[in-house]
Amino acid sequence: MTTTDTLLKHTALTDLHTALGAKMVPFAGYLMPVQYEGINIEHDLVRNRVGVFDVSHMGEFILKGPDALDLIQRVTSNDASKLSPGKAQYSCFPNETGGIVDDLIVYSLEDGHWMLVVNASNIEKDWNWIQKFNTKNVEMINISDRTSLLAVQGPNALAVIQKLTDVKLVEIPYYNFTKGKVAGCSNVLISNTGYTGAGGFELYFDNEHAITIWNALMEAGKEFDIKPAGLGCRDTLRLEMGFCLYGNDIDDETSPLEAGLGWITKFTKEFTNSAALKVQKEVGAQRKLVGFELIDKGIPRHGYELIDADGNTIGVVTSGTQSPTLQKAIGMGYVTSAHAVEGTEIFVKIRDKAIKASVLKTPFLKK
Amino acid sequence: MNIPAELKYTKDHEWIRIEGDIAYIGITDFAQGELGDIVYVEIETVGESVAQEAIFGTVEAVKTVSDLFMPLSGEVLEINPKLDSEPELVNKDPYGDGWMVKIRLSDVSQVDGLLDATKYQEIIGG
Repeated sequence: MTTTDTLLKHTALTDLHTALGAKMVPFAGYLMPVQYEGINIEHDLVRNRVGVFDVSHMGEFILKGPDALDLIQRVTSNDASKLSPGKAQYSCFPNETGGIVDDLIVYSLEDGHWMLVVNASNIEKDWNWIQKFNTKNVEMINISDRTSLLAVQGPNALAVIQKLTDVKLVEIPYYNFTKGKVAGCSNVLISNTGYTGAGGFELYFDNEHAITIWNALMEAGKEFDIKPAGLGCRDTLRLEMGFCLYGNDIDDETSPLEAGLGWITKFTKEFTNSAALKVQKEVGAQRKLVGFELIDKGIPRHGYELIDADGNTIGVVTSGTQSPTLQKAIGMGYVTSAHAVEGTEIFVKIRDKAIKASVLKTPFLKK
Repeated sequence: MNIPAELKYTKDHEWIRIEGDIAYIGITDFAQGELGDIVYVEIETVGESVAQEAIFGTVEAVKTVSDLFMPLSGEVLEINPKLDSEPELVNKDPYGDGWMVKIRLSDVSQVDGLLDATKYQEIIGG
Protein backbone atom coordinates (compact mmCIF):
# COMPACT_ATOMS: atom_id res chain seq x y z
CA MET A 1 0.00 0.00 0.00
CA THR A 2 1.40 3.37 -0.96
CA THR A 3 1.49 6.46 1.21
CA THR A 4 -1.32 8.01 -0.80
CA ASP A 5 -3.61 5.07 -0.09
CA THR A 6 -3.15 5.37 3.65
CA LEU A 7 -4.33 8.99 3.54
CA LEU A 8 -7.53 7.99 1.79
CA LYS A 9 -10.69 7.35 3.77
CA HIS A 10 -12.26 3.92 3.75
CA THR A 11 -15.90 2.91 3.74
CA ALA A 12 -17.09 0.05 5.96
CA LEU A 13 -16.69 -2.19 2.90
CA THR A 14 -13.30 -1.13 1.49
CA ASP A 15 -11.50 -4.28 2.69
CA LEU A 16 -14.25 -6.41 1.21
CA HIS A 17 -13.92 -4.71 -2.20
CA THR A 18 -10.17 -5.26 -2.15
CA ALA A 19 -10.65 -8.91 -1.22
CA LEU A 20 -13.08 -9.27 -4.14
CA GLY A 21 -10.32 -8.08 -6.48
CA ALA A 22 -11.81 -4.70 -7.31
CA LYS A 23 -9.62 -2.09 -8.91
CA MET A 24 -9.46 0.55 -6.19
CA VAL A 25 -8.88 4.21 -7.02
CA PRO A 26 -8.79 7.46 -5.07
CA PHE A 27 -12.11 9.24 -5.46
CA ALA A 28 -13.16 12.33 -3.50
CA GLY A 29 -10.69 11.45 -0.76
CA TYR A 30 -11.88 7.86 -0.49
CA LEU A 31 -10.42 4.62 -1.75
CA MET A 32 -13.27 3.35 -3.92
CA PRO A 33 -13.90 0.45 -6.31
CA VAL A 34 -13.94 1.68 -9.92
CA GLN A 35 -14.56 -1.78 -11.35
CA TYR A 36 -14.55 -5.45 -10.39
CA GLU A 37 -14.74 -7.38 -13.66
CA GLY A 38 -15.04 -4.56 -16.17
CA ILE A 39 -17.10 -1.47 -16.77
CA ASN A 40 -19.10 -2.83 -19.71
CA ILE A 41 -19.97 -6.11 -17.97
CA GLU A 42 -21.08 -4.27 -14.82
CA HIS A 43 -23.01 -1.72 -16.87
CA ASP A 44 -24.97 -4.48 -18.62
CA LEU A 45 -25.51 -6.24 -15.31
CA VAL A 46 -27.22 -3.17 -13.83
CA ARG A 47 -29.22 -2.35 -16.97
CA ASN A 48 -30.50 -5.89 -17.41
CA ARG A 49 -30.43 -7.57 -14.01
CA VAL A 50 -29.13 -6.15 -10.73
CA GLY A 51 -25.91 -4.78 -9.29
CA VAL A 52 -24.85 -3.30 -5.95
CA PHE A 53 -22.83 -0.10 -5.62
CA ASP A 54 -21.07 0.91 -2.41
CA VAL A 55 -21.56 4.67 -2.45
CA SER A 56 -20.92 5.17 1.25
CA HIS A 57 -18.56 8.02 0.41
CA MET A 58 -21.61 10.23 -0.17
CA GLY A 59 -22.26 12.82 2.53
CA GLU A 60 -25.33 12.92 4.79
CA PHE A 61 -26.36 15.87 6.95
CA ILE A 62 -29.23 15.85 9.41
CA LEU A 63 -31.02 19.16 9.99
CA LYS A 64 -33.43 19.42 12.91
CA GLY A 65 -35.78 21.89 14.46
CA PRO A 66 -38.60 24.29 13.65
CA ASP A 67 -36.34 26.54 11.54
CA ALA A 68 -34.74 23.73 9.52
CA LEU A 69 -37.17 24.07 6.62
CA ASP A 70 -36.53 27.80 6.33
CA LEU A 71 -32.80 27.15 6.15
CA ILE A 72 -33.23 24.46 3.49
CA GLN A 73 -35.50 26.76 1.50
CA ARG A 74 -32.90 29.51 1.74
CA VAL A 75 -29.97 27.42 0.48
CA THR A 76 -31.60 25.11 -2.07
CA SER A 77 -33.31 25.85 -5.39
CA ASN A 78 -36.14 23.33 -5.27
CA ASP A 79 -39.20 23.85 -3.07
CA ALA A 80 -38.76 21.62 -0.01
CA SER A 81 -42.06 22.85 1.46
CA LYS A 82 -43.76 20.50 -1.00
CA LEU A 83 -42.25 17.50 0.76
CA SER A 84 -44.09 15.52 3.40
CA PRO A 85 -42.37 12.88 5.54
CA GLY A 86 -41.39 9.93 3.36
CA LYS A 87 -40.69 12.04 0.30
CA ALA A 88 -37.43 13.14 -1.27
CA GLN A 89 -36.47 15.63 -3.95
CA TYR A 90 -33.52 16.41 -6.18
CA SER A 91 -32.20 19.92 -5.63
CA CYS A 92 -29.09 22.10 -5.75
CA PHE A 93 -27.35 24.77 -3.72
CA PRO A 94 -27.00 27.83 -5.96
CA ASN A 95 -24.07 30.09 -5.12
CA GLU A 96 -24.19 33.90 -5.12
CA THR A 97 -22.36 34.31 -8.41
CA GLY A 98 -24.57 32.34 -10.79
CA GLY A 99 -23.12 28.88 -10.26
CA ILE A 100 -23.85 25.78 -8.19
CA VAL A 101 -22.19 24.82 -4.90
CA ASP A 102 -23.38 21.22 -5.20
CA ASP A 103 -26.38 19.13 -6.16
CA LEU A 104 -28.16 17.05 -3.52
CA ILE A 105 -31.19 15.05 -2.47
CA VAL A 106 -33.40 16.43 0.30
CA TYR A 107 -35.21 13.83 2.42
CA SER A 108 -38.13 14.80 4.66
CA LEU A 109 -37.64 12.30 7.51
CA GLU A 110 -40.39 13.62 9.79
CA ASP A 111 -41.81 17.02 10.68
CA GLY A 112 -38.86 19.33 11.33
CA HIS A 113 -36.33 16.59 10.64
CA TRP A 114 -34.45 16.43 7.35
CA MET A 115 -31.57 14.65 5.69
CA LEU A 116 -29.50 16.23 2.93
CA VAL A 117 -27.40 13.88 0.80
CA VAL A 118 -24.46 15.56 -0.90
CA ASN A 119 -21.47 14.64 -3.03
CA ALA A 120 -18.46 13.19 -1.19
CA SER A 121 -16.07 15.69 -2.73
CA ASN A 122 -18.16 18.58 -1.40
CA ILE A 123 -18.99 17.50 2.15
CA GLU A 124 -16.92 20.19 3.85
CA LYS A 125 -17.74 22.86 1.28
CA ASP A 126 -21.48 22.20 1.57
CA TRP A 127 -21.39 22.06 5.35
CA ASN A 128 -19.68 25.45 5.53
CA TRP A 129 -22.01 26.85 2.90
CA ILE A 130 -25.16 25.88 4.82
CA GLN A 131 -23.65 27.08 8.11
CA LYS A 132 -23.04 30.48 6.53
CA PHE A 133 -26.81 30.92 6.26
CA ASN A 134 -27.67 29.17 9.52
CA THR A 135 -28.50 32.34 11.45
CA LYS A 136 -31.14 30.66 13.60
CA ASN A 137 -28.85 27.90 14.83
CA VAL A 138 -30.64 25.01 13.25
CA GLU A 139 -29.14 21.82 14.66
CA MET A 140 -26.92 20.22 12.02
CA ILE A 141 -25.28 16.82 12.36
CA ASN A 142 -22.83 15.40 9.86
CA ILE A 143 -23.54 11.65 9.88
CA SER A 144 -21.44 10.94 6.76
CA ASP A 145 -18.70 8.97 8.49
CA ARG A 146 -21.05 6.64 10.32
CA THR A 147 -23.51 6.12 7.47
CA SER A 148 -23.22 3.50 4.77
CA LEU A 149 -25.08 3.71 1.48
CA LEU A 150 -25.64 0.86 -0.93
CA ALA A 151 -27.37 1.49 -4.24
CA VAL A 152 -29.08 -1.71 -5.38
CA GLN A 153 -29.90 -0.95 -8.99
CA GLY A 154 -31.45 -2.78 -11.91
CA PRO A 155 -34.76 -4.33 -12.94
CA ASN A 156 -34.39 -7.15 -10.36
CA ALA A 157 -33.38 -4.89 -7.45
CA LEU A 158 -36.86 -4.82 -5.94
CA ALA A 159 -37.20 -8.60 -5.99
CA VAL A 160 -33.81 -9.03 -4.30
CA ILE A 161 -34.42 -6.55 -1.48
CA GLN A 162 -37.98 -7.77 -0.99
CA LYS A 163 -36.58 -11.14 0.11
CA LEU A 164 -34.85 -9.33 2.99
CA THR A 165 -37.61 -7.08 4.32
CA ASP A 166 -41.26 -6.99 5.31
CA VAL A 167 -41.61 -3.46 3.95
CA LYS A 168 -43.80 -3.57 0.84
CA LEU A 169 -41.38 -2.14 -1.70
CA VAL A 170 -43.92 -1.83 -4.52
CA GLU A 171 -45.71 0.69 -2.33
CA ILE A 172 -42.71 3.06 -2.36
CA PRO A 173 -42.99 5.32 -5.43
CA TYR A 174 -40.02 6.94 -7.15
CA TYR A 175 -38.39 9.54 -4.88
CA ASN A 176 -40.23 8.20 -1.84
CA PHE A 177 -38.72 6.24 1.00
CA THR A 178 -39.51 4.43 4.21
CA LYS A 179 -37.55 3.17 7.19
CA GLY A 180 -37.59 -0.49 8.09
CA LYS A 181 -35.68 -3.66 8.83
CA VAL A 182 -33.51 -5.17 6.09
CA ALA A 183 -31.70 -8.49 6.63
CA GLY A 184 -32.48 -8.20 10.33
CA CYS A 185 -30.85 -4.77 10.60
CA SER A 186 -33.07 -2.03 12.01
CA ASN A 187 -33.48 1.55 10.94
CA VAL A 188 -32.55 1.13 7.28
CA LEU A 189 -33.75 3.99 5.09
CA ILE A 190 -35.07 2.41 1.90
CA SER A 191 -35.23 5.00 -0.84
CA ASN A 192 -36.63 4.54 -4.33
CA THR A 193 -33.84 6.56 -5.93
CA GLY A 194 -30.66 5.92 -7.84
CA TYR A 195 -28.38 7.40 -10.40
CA THR A 196 -28.61 4.81 -13.11
CA GLY A 197 -32.06 4.97 -14.69
CA ALA A 198 -32.22 1.20 -14.22
CA GLY A 199 -34.65 1.28 -11.30
CA GLY A 200 -33.92 0.07 -7.80
CA PHE A 201 -33.39 1.35 -4.31
CA GLU A 202 -30.77 3.04 -2.21
CA LEU A 203 -30.25 1.77 1.33
CA TYR A 204 -28.89 4.07 4.05
CA PHE A 205 -27.87 2.50 7.37
CA ASP A 206 -25.30 2.58 10.17
CA ASN A 207 -21.83 1.29 9.26
CA GLU A 208 -22.12 -1.60 11.72
CA HIS A 209 -24.68 -3.26 9.43
CA ALA A 210 -22.65 -2.91 6.22
CA ILE A 211 -21.18 -6.41 6.00
CA THR A 212 -24.45 -8.08 7.06
CA ILE A 213 -26.53 -6.22 4.48
CA TRP A 214 -23.96 -6.63 1.72
CA ASN A 215 -23.72 -10.38 2.26
CA ALA A 216 -27.49 -10.74 2.53
CA LEU A 217 -27.97 -8.90 -0.77
CA MET A 218 -25.40 -11.11 -2.50
CA GLU A 219 -27.10 -14.24 -1.14
CA ALA A 220 -30.64 -13.09 -1.94
CA GLY A 221 -29.58 -11.96 -5.40
CA LYS A 222 -27.91 -15.21 -6.43
CA GLU A 223 -30.88 -16.30 -8.52
CA PHE A 224 -30.54 -13.07 -10.51
CA ASP A 225 -26.76 -13.36 -10.76
CA ILE A 226 -26.31 -10.24 -8.63
CA LYS A 227 -22.79 -8.78 -8.51
CA PRO A 228 -20.99 -5.74 -7.17
CA ALA A 229 -20.77 -2.78 -9.54
CA GLY A 230 -18.07 -0.11 -9.49
CA LEU A 231 -18.07 3.63 -9.90
CA GLY A 232 -16.91 3.26 -13.52
CA CYS A 233 -20.22 1.89 -14.71
CA ARG A 234 -22.10 4.24 -12.40
CA ASP A 235 -20.73 7.00 -14.60
CA THR A 236 -21.67 5.36 -17.92
CA LEU A 237 -25.14 4.49 -16.57
CA ARG A 238 -25.86 8.04 -15.40
CA LEU A 239 -24.54 9.52 -18.62
CA GLU A 240 -26.89 7.38 -20.72
CA MET A 241 -29.69 9.00 -18.73
CA GLY A 242 -28.27 12.51 -19.13
CA PHE A 243 -27.96 12.93 -15.36
CA CYS A 244 -25.54 15.70 -14.33
CA LEU A 245 -22.35 14.88 -12.46
CA TYR A 246 -21.10 17.63 -10.18
CA GLY A 247 -17.58 18.69 -11.15
CA ASN A 248 -18.18 17.60 -14.75
CA ASP A 249 -21.48 18.95 -16.02
CA ILE A 250 -22.29 21.39 -13.24
CA ASP A 251 -19.95 23.37 -11.02
CA ASP A 252 -19.36 26.75 -9.37
CA GLU A 253 -19.59 28.47 -12.76
CA THR A 254 -22.68 26.86 -14.31
CA SER A 255 -26.17 28.04 -13.51
CA PRO A 256 -28.96 25.55 -12.87
CA LEU A 257 -30.90 27.07 -15.76
CA GLU A 258 -28.01 26.62 -18.19
CA ALA A 259 -27.68 23.03 -16.94
CA GLY A 260 -31.30 22.22 -17.77
CA LEU A 261 -32.18 22.14 -14.07
CA GLY A 262 -34.99 24.69 -14.39
CA TRP A 263 -37.31 21.95 -13.12
CA ILE A 264 -35.61 22.08 -9.70
CA THR A 265 -35.33 25.89 -9.68
CA LYS A 266 -38.56 27.13 -8.14
CA PHE A 267 -39.24 30.85 -7.98
CA THR A 268 -42.14 30.23 -5.59
CA LYS A 269 -39.71 31.24 -2.80
CA GLU A 270 -36.54 33.22 -2.26
CA PHE A 271 -33.21 31.43 -2.21
CA THR A 272 -29.53 32.19 -2.82
CA ASN A 273 -29.19 34.22 -6.03
CA SER A 274 -32.87 33.66 -6.91
CA ALA A 275 -33.37 37.23 -8.16
CA ALA A 276 -30.52 36.95 -10.69
CA LEU A 277 -31.59 33.47 -11.75
CA LYS A 278 -35.13 34.74 -12.31
CA VAL A 279 -33.78 37.39 -14.67
CA GLN A 280 -31.73 34.72 -16.45
CA LYS A 281 -34.86 32.65 -16.86
CA GLU A 282 -36.78 35.58 -18.34
CA VAL A 283 -33.98 36.72 -20.64
CA GLY A 284 -32.91 33.19 -21.55
CA ALA A 285 -29.57 31.56 -20.80
CA GLN A 286 -26.67 32.35 -23.14
CA ARG A 287 -25.51 28.76 -23.18
CA LYS A 288 -27.17 25.46 -22.51
CA LEU A 289 -26.14 21.97 -21.51
CA VAL A 290 -27.08 19.61 -24.33
CA GLY A 291 -26.63 15.98 -25.14
CA PHE A 292 -25.02 14.90 -28.40
CA GLU A 293 -24.05 11.73 -30.18
CA LEU A 294 -21.05 11.38 -32.42
CA ILE A 295 -21.69 10.75 -36.10
CA ASP A 296 -18.00 10.24 -36.93
CA LYS A 297 -15.75 7.94 -34.91
CA GLY A 298 -14.22 9.10 -31.65
CA ILE A 299 -14.89 9.43 -27.96
CA PRO A 300 -15.72 12.87 -26.49
CA ARG A 301 -14.05 13.68 -23.17
CA HIS A 302 -14.51 16.32 -20.46
CA GLY A 303 -12.79 19.53 -21.53
CA TYR A 304 -12.72 18.91 -25.31
CA GLU A 305 -13.72 21.93 -27.37
CA LEU A 306 -17.02 22.06 -29.29
CA ILE A 307 -16.88 23.92 -32.60
CA ASP A 308 -19.17 24.73 -35.52
CA ALA A 309 -18.62 23.78 -39.18
CA ASP A 310 -16.41 26.85 -39.64
CA GLY A 311 -14.18 25.95 -36.70
CA ASN A 312 -15.53 28.62 -34.35
CA THR A 313 -15.65 27.68 -30.69
CA ILE A 314 -19.26 27.20 -29.56
CA GLY A 315 -18.75 25.37 -26.28
CA VAL A 316 -17.08 22.62 -24.33
CA VAL A 317 -17.65 18.92 -23.58
CA THR A 318 -18.48 18.22 -19.94
CA SER A 319 -18.94 14.41 -20.08
CA GLY A 320 -18.49 11.77 -22.73
CA THR A 321 -18.18 8.05 -23.19
CA GLN A 322 -18.90 5.13 -25.44
CA SER A 323 -22.41 4.15 -24.38
CA PRO A 324 -22.32 0.44 -23.55
CA THR A 325 -26.08 0.07 -24.11
CA LEU A 326 -26.40 2.14 -27.29
CA GLN A 327 -22.98 1.16 -28.66
CA LYS A 328 -22.22 4.69 -29.78
CA ALA A 329 -20.25 7.63 -28.50
CA ILE A 330 -22.34 10.10 -26.51
CA GLY A 331 -21.60 13.24 -24.58
CA MET A 332 -22.91 16.32 -22.88
CA GLY A 333 -21.60 19.82 -23.11
CA TYR A 334 -22.42 23.50 -22.99
CA VAL A 335 -23.10 25.22 -26.31
CA THR A 336 -24.34 28.69 -27.19
CA SER A 337 -28.13 28.75 -27.19
CA ALA A 338 -28.23 29.00 -30.99
CA HIS A 339 -26.63 25.54 -31.20
CA ALA A 340 -28.76 23.96 -28.48
CA VAL A 341 -31.55 22.89 -30.82
CA GLU A 342 -32.05 19.17 -31.35
CA GLY A 343 -30.54 17.99 -34.60
CA THR A 344 -27.96 20.79 -34.83
CA GLU A 345 -24.72 19.62 -36.38
CA ILE A 346 -21.76 20.37 -34.13
CA PHE A 347 -18.18 19.13 -34.01
CA VAL A 348 -16.01 17.85 -31.21
CA LYS A 349 -12.35 18.73 -31.48
CA ILE A 350 -10.47 15.51 -30.80
CA ARG A 351 -6.70 15.59 -31.24
CA ASP A 352 -6.99 18.56 -33.63
CA LYS A 353 -9.63 16.92 -35.79
CA ALA A 354 -13.25 18.04 -36.07
CA ILE A 355 -15.44 15.01 -35.35
CA LYS A 356 -19.06 15.44 -36.42
CA ALA A 357 -21.82 15.16 -33.82
CA SER A 358 -25.52 15.85 -33.57
CA VAL A 359 -27.38 17.55 -30.71
CA LEU A 360 -29.91 15.26 -29.04
CA LYS A 361 -32.52 15.42 -26.33
CA THR A 362 -31.52 13.50 -23.22
CA PRO A 363 -31.99 10.87 -21.92
CA PHE A 364 -29.92 9.13 -24.58
CA LEU A 365 -31.52 5.89 -23.50
CA LYS A 366 -35.21 6.13 -24.33
CA LYS A 367 -37.69 4.05 -22.38
CA MET B 1 -0.12 -11.56 -15.45
CA ASN B 2 0.56 -13.01 -18.89
CA ILE B 3 3.98 -12.02 -20.31
CA PRO B 4 4.93 -14.41 -23.12
CA ALA B 5 8.65 -15.18 -23.09
CA GLU B 6 9.03 -15.11 -26.88
CA LEU B 7 8.00 -11.45 -27.23
CA LYS B 8 9.90 -8.18 -26.73
CA TYR B 9 8.53 -5.29 -24.68
CA THR B 10 8.81 -1.55 -24.00
CA LYS B 11 8.43 0.50 -20.84
CA ASP B 12 5.32 1.98 -22.53
CA HIS B 13 3.68 -1.46 -22.17
CA GLU B 14 3.83 -2.52 -25.78
CA TRP B 15 4.82 -5.93 -27.01
CA ILE B 16 6.69 -6.65 -30.25
CA ARG B 17 6.86 -9.90 -32.19
CA ILE B 18 9.85 -9.84 -34.55
CA GLU B 19 9.72 -11.84 -37.80
CA GLY B 20 12.85 -10.87 -39.75
CA ASP B 21 12.44 -7.22 -40.73
CA ILE B 22 8.70 -7.34 -39.96
CA ALA B 23 7.24 -6.71 -36.52
CA TYR B 24 3.77 -7.05 -35.04
CA ILE B 25 2.92 -4.64 -32.24
CA GLY B 26 0.26 -4.57 -29.57
CA ILE B 27 -0.23 -3.58 -25.95
CA THR B 28 0.50 -5.91 -23.05
CA ASP B 29 -1.93 -7.76 -20.83
CA PHE B 30 -0.93 -5.38 -18.04
CA ALA B 31 -1.72 -2.35 -20.22
CA GLN B 32 -5.15 -3.58 -21.30
CA GLY B 33 -5.97 -4.32 -17.66
CA GLU B 34 -4.96 -0.84 -16.56
CA LEU B 35 -6.91 0.82 -19.37
CA GLY B 36 -10.05 -1.22 -18.81
CA ASP B 37 -12.67 -1.79 -21.52
CA ILE B 38 -11.26 -0.58 -24.81
CA VAL B 39 -13.87 0.97 -27.08
CA TYR B 40 -11.91 2.47 -29.97
CA VAL B 41 -8.46 2.05 -31.45
CA GLU B 42 -7.56 4.94 -33.75
CA ILE B 43 -4.57 4.35 -36.00
CA GLU B 44 -4.27 6.54 -39.07
CA THR B 45 -0.60 6.04 -39.89
CA VAL B 46 -0.88 3.19 -42.38
CA GLY B 47 1.64 3.72 -45.19
CA GLU B 48 3.62 6.19 -43.12
CA SER B 49 7.12 5.87 -41.78
CA VAL B 50 7.03 6.56 -38.08
CA ALA B 51 10.10 7.11 -35.92
CA GLN B 52 10.82 5.20 -32.74
CA GLU B 53 9.01 6.80 -29.75
CA ALA B 54 6.65 8.79 -32.03
CA ILE B 55 2.88 8.42 -31.64
CA PHE B 56 1.36 6.01 -34.15
CA GLY B 57 -2.16 5.90 -32.79
CA THR B 58 -4.47 6.26 -29.82
CA VAL B 59 -6.42 3.80 -27.76
CA GLU B 60 -9.69 4.90 -26.15
CA ALA B 61 -11.02 3.01 -23.13
CA VAL B 62 -14.29 3.80 -21.39
CA LYS B 63 -12.58 5.87 -18.71
CA THR B 64 -9.40 7.02 -20.37
CA VAL B 65 -7.44 7.69 -23.53
CA SER B 66 -3.83 6.72 -24.15
CA ASP B 67 -1.34 7.32 -26.96
CA LEU B 68 0.46 4.46 -28.68
CA PHE B 69 4.21 4.91 -29.18
CA MET B 70 6.28 3.26 -31.90
CA PRO B 71 8.63 0.82 -30.18
CA LEU B 72 10.85 0.74 -33.30
CA SER B 73 11.22 2.97 -36.34
CA GLY B 74 9.49 1.67 -39.41
CA GLU B 75 6.72 1.82 -41.97
CA VAL B 76 3.23 0.95 -40.81
CA LEU B 77 2.14 -1.71 -43.29
CA GLU B 78 -1.17 -2.77 -41.86
CA ILE B 79 -3.50 -2.26 -38.94
CA ASN B 80 -5.48 -5.11 -37.46
CA PRO B 81 -8.68 -4.91 -39.52
CA LYS B 82 -10.74 -6.60 -36.78
CA LEU B 83 -10.21 -3.79 -34.28
CA ASP B 84 -12.50 -1.40 -36.10
CA SER B 85 -15.58 -3.43 -35.22
CA GLU B 86 -14.17 -5.39 -32.25
CA PRO B 87 -11.83 -3.16 -30.24
CA GLU B 88 -12.55 -5.39 -27.23
CA LEU B 89 -10.21 -7.98 -28.79
CA VAL B 90 -7.38 -5.95 -27.25
CA ASN B 91 -8.80 -6.80 -23.81
CA LYS B 92 -9.67 -10.40 -24.63
CA ASP B 93 -6.54 -11.45 -26.49
CA PRO B 94 -3.88 -8.73 -26.25
CA TYR B 95 -1.05 -10.89 -27.66
CA GLY B 96 -3.14 -12.61 -30.34
CA ASP B 97 -6.26 -11.32 -32.09
CA GLY B 98 -5.80 -7.98 -30.34
CA TRP B 99 -2.56 -7.08 -32.19
CA MET B 100 -2.55 -3.51 -33.47
CA VAL B 101 -0.09 -2.89 -36.28
CA LYS B 102 2.32 -4.70 -38.56
CA ILE B 103 5.42 -2.69 -39.47
CA ARG B 104 8.55 -3.03 -41.61
CA LEU B 105 11.59 -2.15 -39.55
CA SER B 106 13.87 0.55 -40.89
CA ASP B 107 16.66 -0.25 -38.44
CA VAL B 108 16.79 -3.84 -37.23
CA SER B 109 19.55 -2.96 -34.73
CA GLN B 110 16.95 -1.11 -32.61
CA VAL B 111 15.58 -4.50 -31.60
CA ASP B 112 18.53 -4.92 -29.25
CA GLY B 113 17.26 -2.03 -27.15
CA LEU B 114 13.91 -3.69 -26.38
CA LEU B 115 13.12 -5.39 -23.09
CA ASP B 116 12.78 -9.13 -22.71
CA ALA B 117 9.95 -10.68 -20.72
CA THR B 118 11.96 -10.84 -17.49
CA LYS B 119 12.93 -7.16 -17.64
CA TYR B 120 9.39 -6.15 -18.46
CA GLN B 121 8.07 -8.17 -15.54
CA GLU B 122 10.43 -6.26 -13.26
CA ILE B 123 9.13 -2.93 -14.58
CA ILE B 124 5.50 -3.72 -13.82
CA GLY B 125 6.48 -5.23 -10.50
CA GLY B 126 4.70 -8.47 -11.32
